[in-house]
Amino acid sequence: MAARKTAELPNVSKDDLLRYYRDMLLIRRFEEKAGQLYGMGLIGGFCHLYIGQEAVVVGLEAAAAEGDKRITSYRDHGHMLACGMDPKGVMAELTGRARGYSKGKGGSMHMFSKERHFYGGHGIVGAQVPLGAGLAFSDRYRGNDRVTFTYFGDGAANQGQVYETYNMAELWDLPVIFVIENNQYAMGTSVRRSTKSPTLWQRGAAYGIEGEAVDGMDVLAVREAGERAVAHCRSGKGPYILEVMTYRYRGHSMSDPAKYRSREEVQKMREERDAIDHVRELLTQGGHATDDELKAIDKEIKAIVNEAAEFAKDSPEPDPAELWTDIYAEVAPQTA
Amino acid sequence: MATEILMPALSPTMEEGTLAKWLVKEGDAVTSGQILAEIETDKATMEFEAVDEGIIGRLLVPEGTAGVKVNTPIALLLEEGEDAASAGAPKAAAPGHPAPGQPAPGQPAPEQTAQKSDAPRPEGKVTSAVEEVPHPARAADTAPDWPEGTKMKAMTVREALREAMAEEMERDDSVFLMGEEVGEYQGAYKVSQGLLDRFGARRVIDTPITEQGFAGIGVGAAFGGLRPIIEFMTFNFAMQAIDQIVNSAAKTLYMSGGQMGAPMVFRGPNGAAARVGAQHSQDYAAWYAMVPGLKVAMPYSAADAKGLLKSAIRDPNPVIFLENEILYGRSFDVPVLEDFTIPFGKARIWREGSDVTIVSFGIGMAHALEAADRLAGDGISAEVIDLRTLRPLDYDTVLGSVMKTNRCVTVEEGWPVGSIGNHLSAVIMERAFDYLDAPVINCTGKDVPMPYAANLERLAILNPDEVVAAVKKVTYR
Ligand SMILES: Cc1ncc(C[n+]2csc(CCOP(=O)(O)OP(=O)(O)O)c2C)c(N)n1
Ligand SMILES: [Mg+2]
Repeated sequence: MAARKTAELPNVSKDDLLRYYRDMLLIRRFEEKAGQLYGMGLIGGFCHLYIGQEAVVVGLEAAAAEGDKRITSYRDHGHMLACGMDPKGVMAELTGRARGYSKGKGGSMHMFSKERHFYGGHGIVGAQVPLGAGLAFSDRYRGNDRVTFTYFGDGAANQGQVYETYNMAELWDLPVIFVIENNQYAMGTSVRRSTKSPTLWQRGAAYGIEGEAVDGMDVLAVREAGERAVAHCRSGKGPYILEVMTYRYRGHSMSDPAKYRSREEVQKMREERDAIDHVRELLTQGGHATDDELKAIDKEIKAIVNEAAEFAKDSPEPDPAELWTDIYAEVAPQTA
Repeated sequence: MATEILMPALSPTMEEGTLAKWLVKEGDAVTSGQILAEIETDKATMEFEAVDEGIIGRLLVPEGTAGVKVNTPIALLLEEGEDAASAGAPKAAAPGHPAPGQPAPGQPAPEQTAQKSDAPRPEGKVTSAVEEVPHPARAADTAPDWPEGTKMKAMTVREALREAMAEEMERDDSVFLMGEEVGEYQGAYKVSQGLLDRFGARRVIDTPITEQGFAGIGVGAAFGGLRPIIEFMTFNFAMQAIDQIVNSAAKTLYMSGGQMGAPMVFRGPNGAAARVGAQHSQDYAAWYAMVPGLKVAMPYSAADAKGLLKSAIRDPNPVIFLENEILYGRSFDVPVLEDFTIPFGKARIWREGSDVTIVSFGIGMAHALEAADRLAGDGISAEVIDLRTLRPLDYDTVLGSVMKTNRCVTVEEGWPVGSIGNHLSAVIMERAFDYLDAPVINCTGKDVPMPYAANLERLAILNPDEVVAAVKKVTYR
């Protein structure tokens, strides 16, 4: 952690730090387990891991309030865990089992939880951006003060519908936070190779949308920026853009040979900028937790993840009759 | 010179009308704008005005006549001093439109040969969209795809596609490849592997994730005279671009009266891969096959992939080229020939048979062939036809076979409603009804979004068992 200045520590409580540590660690261990199950053939298709980006969702969830909504892409496991969805249900969806969040019918990329206000889980790059603005529209329409976190990648940031959405979101003052998770790559295409305007958050200025870039490997910085964004949206000032600078350690999906970047580049990030190491250091240096206490947490998290994996393996496959259900609603689905 | 006054069309849908009342009589002098008659259309009674000045020589249709066809001469208008007798009898109804195939006056002749639609067209009074053909069907084109004795080599579908692109890029500098991850990444499914090194960044172009944008840029480049190959990482993402494909690429030749079109290829994997869920597992064959102005190929074998892709790149029309991720790695024999192409609109009979015709295309062929093997074991002889292209579609080969076997099962991965099988069933019913000994059965994917769970996905995707069962049903076994 040599690269990080720990001197200018923000005031943050021990409880908060421990919570962020736990939440980020849960995501990392969960994803490692998912990778393992994929290798064993228990998870199929695409599986996009979130390892490296944990501080983004954990920091932003720390700024969210109950009732706020979130929506994201196919790289969604971290978002679900961070917003309080049950690791067992997420893992069981990954294995395509009846007790998964979508009864096994959605898979890694398509999970939802009305209870936790998580609106998916979308496979078409960029498509979730107008959807997120639509969720915000529904809140503004009802006149409440909820906000919607709409996550998308640096690659998605080039899709046309993002800009159509920016225009309307600002025009109608929609309470939506556009979170660009800039992990520097869209599959094998680096940001540098996909645009000559690489400061993605500033593109909002053309539509009158405020925003900022944030260090996404620092959960506290993310939380702070998240709080600014939330305050802006909740007070009726319209959308806000957060470009969170982050990094994914693993390949784009499980089948990515990742030849477009060097091993050293990844290694350097892991060693110098890892978000979980950062918080662990804050905890020990600040005297908030001993090594033993942290080890106990690690163990606890491992147990949760193992339990989720067992649950996901033991849960039965969906009943064949499920093939034909949920195509049409019998009764209009209840609104959130 | 006497002028014929023709029955006017007074509404967009009017084909005939009633000449309710003449407001002039023979010998009257009329001025332009003067009301000549009252005409009842399908919607209302309208007044009909004179365009030219002159003298009414003869009223050819008495008032009160119903069912007067648009463009029928209803009166003769004479110039000053002319008499009705010397003007002669009216000619037969004048055609309302210039003869087909003639450029409209003032229009340049089309640069490309504007072809007629690939789908059978109505002729004369036939109201169906299916062309009348003599019974039996026209003899199908059964010429072999390559000369006998041609040397063959085994090649994967992936390699065949790559070779086709490379050969065409070598041959024509205006051909280029554009899409996501086609260059430095070497292709998301490695189809374009090595092409960047070989042809350089001018001709192998990586795009941002912007399907509608780069599809549109491709169409524009084709308008501008280039021959783009637009790769979609998968056709699921082409839905973002379907407006440019249909509204811009497919229709421009027609809308411009044949002046310009979009000679280009949109290609990429289509259909279900494995366990990739509802948004990544759709077969678009029937969607694109519906669109006049597009050509659609969906090869099964490597030889067809190569020969058809080369034809597609040379074709003066926009071609949708539907590949399949699961087939990419399968090997087939491909002829070793200097320049090998397969024409569009020519089906291939993979296996001759006498009891039933199985028609399929793309990966459906794998199921069809496996089913035919198993059926042979049960003493049922199935003829298996690979359509290879869906637009144009080789109706003659299908009809000829059905007239021989009297039974037909269609096989495709896509959804059942509005499927290629539905279309073929209709054509067979119209043109070979008397030959059928059983209803045609369409084997398709299930009418559900693709589920992720392994067991449900297996149920959703078509399999050879279903084909075998369908054949047994139509053969009453
Ligand atoms: C419209 C569309 N085009 C292409 C794809 C294939 N694809 C899936 S993810 C991806 C890269 C997206 O990168 P980014 O937006 O940066 O998100 P990240 O994967 O880095 O989280 C691509 C090209 C897709 N799913 N949807
Ligand atoms: Mg990215």
